[in-house]
Amino acid sequence: MIEKKKLRECAAGFLFILPNFTGFMIFTLLPVCAAFILAFYKWDILTAPQFIGLGNFTRLFTDKAFWNSFYNTLILMTGIPLSMAASLFLALMVNKSLRGIIVYRTLYFFPSICSGIGLLLLWRWIYNPDFGLLNVLLSYIGIDGPNWLGSVFWAKPALIFMGIWTGMGGTNMILYLAALQGVNPELYEAADMDGASNWRKFYHITLPMISPTTFFIFTMSIISGFQGSFDSVFIMTGGGPAGSTTNLSFHIYRNAYELFNMGYASSMALVLFAIVLVATLINWKYGGKKVTY
Amino acid sequence: MSFNTVKKILLYIFMTILAIGMLIPFFWMVSTSLKDGNNVFEFPPKWIPNPIKWSNYAEVWEVVPFAAFALNSFLLALCVTCGQVLTSAFAAFSFARLNWWGRDKVFFAYLATMMIPGAVTMIPLFLLLRYLGWIDSYKAIIIPGIFSAYGTFMLRQFFMGLPTELEDAARIDGCNLWEIFWNVTIPLSKPALATLSIFTFLGNWRNFQWPLIVLQTSEKMTLPVGLAYFMGEHSTKWNLLMAGSLMSIVPLVAIFLIGQRFFVKGIQLGGVKG
Repeated sequence: MIEKKKLRECAAGFLFILPNFTGFMIFTLLPVCAAFILAFYKWDILTAPQFIGLGNFTRLFTDKAFWNSFYNTLILMTGIPLSMAASLFLALMVNKSLRGIIVYRTLYFFPSICSGIGLLLLWRWIYNPDFGLLNVLLSYIGIDGPNWLGSVFWAKPALIFMGIWTGMGGTNMILYLAALQGVNPELYEAADMDGASNWRKFYHITLPMISPTTFFIFTMSIISGFQGSFDSVFIMTGGGPAGSTTNLSFHIYRNAYELFNMGYASSMALVLFAIVLVATLINWKYGGKKVTY
Repeated sequence: MSFNTVKKILLYIFMTILAIGMLIPFFWMVSTSLKDGNNVFEFPPKWIPNPIKWSNYAEVWEVVPFAAFALNSFLLALCVTCGQVLTSAFAAFSFARLNWWGRDKVFFAYLATMMIPGAVTMIPLFLLLRYLGWIDSYKAIIIPGIFSAYGTFMLRQFFMGLPTELEDAARIDGCNLWEIFWNVTIPLSKPALATLSIFTFLGNWRNFQWPLIVLQTSEKMTLPVGLAYFMGEHSTKWNLLMAGSLMSIVPLVAIFLIGQRFFVKGIQLGGVKG
C-alpha cells in the first residue's frame, strides 16, 4: 500500500512539473549544451558549420577587439563602489524618522522605476553637446562642456554617471534601508554612553552590521556588471566612439547578430561565463572574510 | 530656534536639493517634449516652451507605429506573465511539496542554469528558433519566456515557507493534490504570486535585447525596440523622441504606483532586481 502511494506521489510530481520541465529542457538546457558544442565550430548561418576545434578560443586570446571589450567592461564596472556608496548614503538619509520621509524615499526610488529605453533616450539628449541639459547647466557656470558621448575619453564616464544616477535610489537603496533598520539600536545607545562620535558609530557599528548586505550587493553588482549594460551601449553610443564603449555583452551581440560569427560569439559567451564564475568565486572567498556579522 | 530644529531644517533642504537633482532630467524631458521642432535647437534653451506644442504627443503616433509598439508590448508581457506564473507555480509546488525520484537533482539543474549569462543561451536559442521558423513572430518571445527558473525558484522557496497544517487538513478531508494546489496553496500565495507577476510583467515590458534580435518588421516591435527604431529613423526630432519616451515611461510609473507594496516585498523575496 505504501509503495503504491509513493508511486502515485511520484507520478503527481512528474505531472505537475511536466509543462515547466519540458520548456526548461527545450529552451534552457538544450541551448546551454548547444552553446558548448557551437563554440567549437565556425558557422555563419549561410554556409554549413565547420568544426574548428579550439580555433575560436585561440582567436579570442589574440583578438584585440575582444580584449578591448574586456577592458571597457572593467572600466564601466569601476562605477560599482561609487554606486553602492551612493545607495548607502541615500538609505542613511531616508532612514531618519522625519515627517514626510516616505515622499523622499519614493522620489529617490523613482528614476530606477523608469529605467528602460525611454530613459536612455532622455540621457542621450541630456548628453547632447550643444543643446543637452548637462552642457546647458555647465554653461550657466561658464564651463564649455565636451561632447560627452562622442569623446573617446568621456564616453565611459558618461555611461558610469548615468548608471549611478539611475540606480542609486533603486533596489540597492531599499536593501540597505532594510539592513539599517535591522541593526540593534542598543549598540548605538551603548556607543552614545561611551561618547562616540557619529563617524565612529558609523564606521564601527553600522558598516560591520550591514556587511552581509554589502557583500550581497557587491556580488550581484559584479555579476551583472560583467554580463549587462547591453541596452545602454546600444542606445547611447552604439559601441563607439572608436570602440571605446564596446563592452563584452555588446561585442558578443555584434559578433552573433551583425557579423554572424555564431561559433566565435558562442565561444566568447562561454568565456564570459567563466569570467563571471571566477570573479564570483574570488569574491566569495575573499569578500566572505570581510563579512563581520 | 533650538539647534535640533536648525539641523532638521538643513536636512530637509539638503534632501530636497538631492530630490530636485534626481528629478531635473524629467523636467527637461517634459520641457523638450512640448517644444516646437525649431525651438529644440535654441541656445540658451527656454525651460518653458513658447509655443507649447501639445500636438507633439499626437504626432508621435503618426510618425511611427507607436500604437502597435505599445499594444505589442502589453499583450506580450501579459501572455508571458500569465504563462510564467502558472507553469512556475505548478513546478514550484512539485519541488516544494511532492517527493519524486530525481527531484533534487533536477532542482539543482534549474539553479545551475540561473548562473549562466543570458548571452550563452541566446545564441543557440536564436538558431533553434530560426530552424523552427519562429523568427519575426511572437512565438519566439512568448514561448521561451514562459519557462523561467527564477520564478520557479522564488515560488518554491515561498511554498516551502507555508505552514502545512491547512494542506494536511485538506488531505484528511479527501482532497486530491490538484484540489490542494488550487484551493489551499494558491490562495495562500497571493502576495508572492502578485509580486512575481509584477516583476515578470515589468521585466518583459522593458526587455530590449531579445525582441531586438528576434523581431524584424516594425509593426511587430515592442515598445523598447520601437523606440530604438524611432531614434534611428528620426534622430534629430528630439521633441517627438522625448514625447515618445515620456509616454513609454508612464505605464511603468502607473504599475509602480498601483503595486508599490510589492516592490519592497519582491526585493526581499528573492533579491529581485527592480
